[in-house]
Order: sequence, then C-alpha cells, then structure tokens
Amino acid sequence: MSWINKILPSGVRSQESEKRSNVPEGLWKKCVKCDAVLYRPDVDRNDDVCPKCDHHMRIGARRRLAIFLDQDTGEEILADIEPVDRLKFRDKKRYRDRLSAAQKSTGEKDALVAMRGELRGLPIVCVAFEFNFHGGSMGYAVGEKFTRAAHLALEQRAPLVCFAASGGARMQEALISLMQMAKTSAVLERMKLQGVPYISVMTDPIYGGVSASLALLGDVNIAEPDARAGFAGPNIIEQTIRQKLPKGFQRSEFLLEHGAIDMIVHRTQMRDTIAGLLSKLTHQPLRAATPEAPPDEDTTDAEGEPEEVLEGESESESEDRAEDQRREERKDKLEENASVDD
Amino acid sequence: MNPNYLDFEQPIADLEVKIEELQLVGTDNEINIVAEIENLREKSTRLTEKIYANLSSWDIVKVARHPLRPYTLDYIPRIFTDFDELHGDRHFGDDRAIVGGLARLGERTVMVIGQEKGRAVKDKVLRNFGMPKPEGYRKALRLMELAERFKVPVVTLIDTPGAYPGIDSEERGISESIAQNLAVMSRLATPIVCIVIGEGSSGGALGIGVGDHLAMLQYATYFVISPEGCANIIWKSTEHASDAAEAMGVTSSVLQELGIVDATIPEPLGGAHRDVDLMAERIRAHITAQLDALEQLPLEDVLTKRYQRLMSYGN
Repeated sequence: MSWINKILPSGVRSQESEKRSNVPEGLWKKCVKCDAVLYRPDVDRNDDVCPKCDHHMRIGARRRLAIFLDQDTGEEILADIEPVDRLKFRDKKRYRDRLSAAQKSTGEKDALVAMRGELRGLPIVCVAFEFNFHGGSMGYAVGEKFTRAAHLALEQRAPLVCFAASGGARMQEALISLMQMAKTSAVLERMKLQGVPYISVMTDPIYGGVSASLALLGDVNIAEPDARAGFAGPNIIEQTIRQKLPKGFQRSEFLLEHGAIDMIVHRTQMRDTIAGLLSKLTHQPLRAATPEAPPDEDTTDAEGEPEEVLEGESESESEDRAEDQRREERKDKLEENASVDD
Repeated sequence: MNPNYLDFEQPIADLEVKIEELQLVGTDNEINIVAEIENLREKSTRLTEKIYANLSSWDIVKVARHPLRPYTLDYIPRIFTDFDELHGDRHFGDDRAIVGGLARLGERTVMVIGQEKGRAVKDKVLRNFGMPKPEGYRKALRLMELAERFKVPVVTLIDTPGAYPGIDSEERGISESIAQNLAVMSRLATPIVCIVIGEGSSGGALGIGVGDHLAMLQYATYFVISPEGCANIIWKSTEHASDAAEAMGVTSSVLQELGIVDATIPEPLGGAHRDVDLMAERIRAHITAQLDALEQLPLEDVLTKRYQRLMSYGN
C-alpha cells in the first residue's frame, strides 16, 4: 500500500481498490505461469490456453463440456444425483456444511457434470470433473454419476469421454469413496468387453483414487500438456524416499515417456483428435467441421503443422489479437481439410 | 514400557510381569503361590476383557498394526496345506510385498494371494514393509487369471500400509496396475473371497480386494487414507489421528453397518497375536464356509451378484 492510500479515508480507499480489482476481472486476465496480462477474449477464443506461453489454464466442468461438444448439442444428464453424508462426518466443520458451501460457490451438486451430446456429429456421453468442488474428489455422487453415465453409454453404444481433474478419493466419505474406485472400474471393464470406446483425458491435476481407477483405464489415455498425474502426491513421495524429485516428475511428458498414456493433446486440438479416434474406432463418419466465423480471403497456408499454428508469438497485444484470429481461421481450415480426408 | 504391549495395554503388561516374577519365586517358597498366580491370571484376563471391550477406533488401528500381529506368511501354513509359491509378474520382477501361490484348503485347490509386511528387520526390507509396487499387483493379476483358467477360487489376505509411494512405482504405473486389478477382479470368472487380516490401506489394499465376499478380522482396519494422513490434511497435525480414525469409521463394525464389509471374524482375547493357531482356525473355517456357499451357486449368478454389489456401494 502506498503512502497516499494510507492517508486516504477508508471509504475512498476501498472504493479505489474495488475499482482496481474489477478491471482485470472483466477484461484482462493474468497467466499464472508466464505472468503475461492477457486480453480476456483472446484467452476465451483460445480455449483458456495462454496465447503467450501455451499454459493450459484450469477450467470448470461446464466450460470444458461447452468447448468440447458440438455447439448447442450438450444436454445435461443425471443432474439429480446428490452427495450423501452416510458417516455424518465431522472434523472442525461438518461435512454437510462443507458440501453446502461447495455447492453454493460452484453451483454444482457435486464434482462431476455429465452430458449427452455430439462430437462432430457423433453421439457421445461426456463427463467432466469440477475441480473447484472439493478438489474434484470422488465420493458416492461422483462414482454413481460416472457409473450411470457409463451404463447409458453402454445402452446406447455411444462412446464415453471423461475429462478428469481430481485430488483423489474423498476422505469425508471414507471407505464409500474407496469403493467408488471398484465401482467405476467395473463398469469400464464392461464397456471394454462390449466394445464401446472409452477415452480418458487427464487434465491438471489427477491423483490418488481417481488416478488408480477411471483415469487410467481408457481404451485411449490422453493428457493435456504439462498436466500433473500420479498415484501418490509429490510431498508424500519426497517424505518417503527423502530425496528431491526429478524435474518434470508426474507431468504429462513423464507419463508419455513411461508408457502410461497414448498421447499429449493440446486443448485446441482436443475435439478433432478425439473425434478422429472415435471415428476410427466406431467406423462412423464425422460431420464436416463448421467454421465458427465465415472464412474471408485470408491466404494463410493451411498445410502447416498444428504445433506451428499455435506457437507464433508477437510483441504487441493488438498484433496478438490479429494473430489469434488468423490462427482460428487456420484451425478451421485444418478442420475442413481433415473432414475432407475422412 | 513393554514393546510387546500397546500403550493402553500397559496395565495388562504390569500384571503379566508380576505373574512371571511369582512363577520364579514359586520354586523355592511354600506359600500358596499357585493359587496366587491363578488369581492374578484371572485378574489379567478380566482386565484384558475390560480393556478390549472399550477399544476406540484408534486403539483398533494400533492392534491392527501390532508388531506381533500375525501376517500372511504366519497364516498360510496354518490355514492351507501344500502351498506352492509362484513368483513374478513376467514383465519386470518379483515383488516380495505380495505373496501368492497354489495351495489346498481341505480338499479344494485355491489360489492364495496376500500382502506380507515381513517380521525381522531384514525381512521387512525385503518385503518393502508390505508396500507393493506395480509388479506386485501385476503378479497378483497374473495369478488370478491363472486361477480363472483352471477354475480355482481365489482367496486374498489384505494387510498393507499402502501401495509404495516412490519414483519407481510411479514410473512403472502404480495407478494403472491397481486400476487394472479392480477392473479384472470385477468379472474374474471364479469365486473370490477377501479377508482384511491387519491393515487395509486405501487403493493398495483394494488392489487385491474386489470379490464376492469381504470379511475383516475383529481388530483389523480398512481406510481410504491413513488416520495420520487424514489428520495431517484436515487438522494439519498427525496428533489428531484418533479423531480422524473416529470420523472416518475405520473398523469392521462401522463398515459392516455401511454394507461394505460382509462379516467380522472374532479374534482371540487380546488380539490375533495372542493365539495365532486359534485365529488361523477361525479364518480357515470362515473361508471354507464362504467358498462352500459360493460354489453352490451357478458361476453366472456369482458374477451377477458381484457386479450388482459393486454397483450398490454408497446407495
């Protein structure tokens, strides 16, 4: 706080600071990784990936489903499943009160949102974890919703896609949470035996009980770049082995190197990659990608590698925005090309 | 403090010391020492009964981790005969924290798989204190699939402080190895009976713990996170472990109420380590009865029931 703030009457001061904090909330966003101040619409257009450093920001379940499913096809399912406090768990606070607080702050009943929708015209069932709800932890409600969504996928022989982000099993539901691991794994085994595809996408972070069940049982396991995923948290491992962990330990790249996942996919490429995989696995054609904006006479080369498309960086913000738009269009063209190939 | 007794057992330990002393005196004294010893023995039994009737959840966790508590390798020769240990996951190595092999239970062949903590220091190191790595779970999976092919029922004995949290464990995919076991055990076409004999810690325990029947010894414990771990996260201090144990419900009585555990096998007075033979006999009788019942049913029904039971968790 500067000296001038100190001598200002408190009413004026708080108004000032409110005003100041309101501006970045609305139009500007700071990247937690590279500290760049970003123009919010740029970030939104880029699926919440930092246009400067490519950091994949954490996003909520509904935003995830919105950017993944075909526009306006997502229809929420199993919304009535609620958490149950069978143990009447209480520590410093009652679990019930913690749940109400989480429900109020996130607007969700628990940490998983499920939808039926389409991906490039392919009917799918898709679930996403809400990390802001109790760290995306899995208790009864999450396990039950996942399992019922999977049964729905089985019934309709529609692929299941899961975006996991979770600290693990939920302590406050104790062994009931642990058993959700067995429950979700059992239904996924059924899908496997009946040949209905399951794609697991790991997003930052995934640990414990979710890692040791549904997240690693995909027919195809995918991770977003630089996501952390593992069984035991780094602190616990460091305490156990009493040495520093190597750089990049438990990151997506580590998982790929050690054979735990099939691929690392950039968020802006997620739709096309998974659509392509599912089309191949289900022998069904995809609908041509519809560009979000009508293409103009941009002469940008559409043959470029997707990585190249995303890595460009420019100095000024306005240039960035223009660049972003060009990227979007290039991406759309890529999508068009891809659909022609199919 | 006597290391063979837990903190809340110290009054019993004191009495036992007195009895021992009297026995030594007994040889060169004529007073009615025999009656006195008898008297003290009875007192010790009553005291043990009293203490054990009022154990807290945290006390039970301590009994489950008692240094003298019988482990898988103490039980195998007492419950089964003709045990042929089978080694290795065929990919990486042989994890000694999980022991498995073919054995006989009476007339019937079974595949027995259990976690082993190791008794002496050297043995504990060899067994990694009962903390399996991916190759342990993959060995278990291999043995279960072998059992399935030859129509042999599976018996698992659960006793682990958790899957090993280490760099090599993560590199070789500890999460995947556990997840795979959960998936396959949910449909393995042979009866599976699981017994928690000591400490059932989280995913590391569940990795050999999915089946048709789940029993716990009276003073065994089963939790999603250790009471110390839970206390550390919520209270930021392991000193609240007993509160955490109470809140999470880590004992067979609570878990039976929740419908997760099917049966509790009573332990000898003062815990399984006071009479290992008696404990083993009770486990043997329990497994035999369960397998008899399961083998009465068509296998298809067993598998349907197993799946329905998995789906019902938490309802």
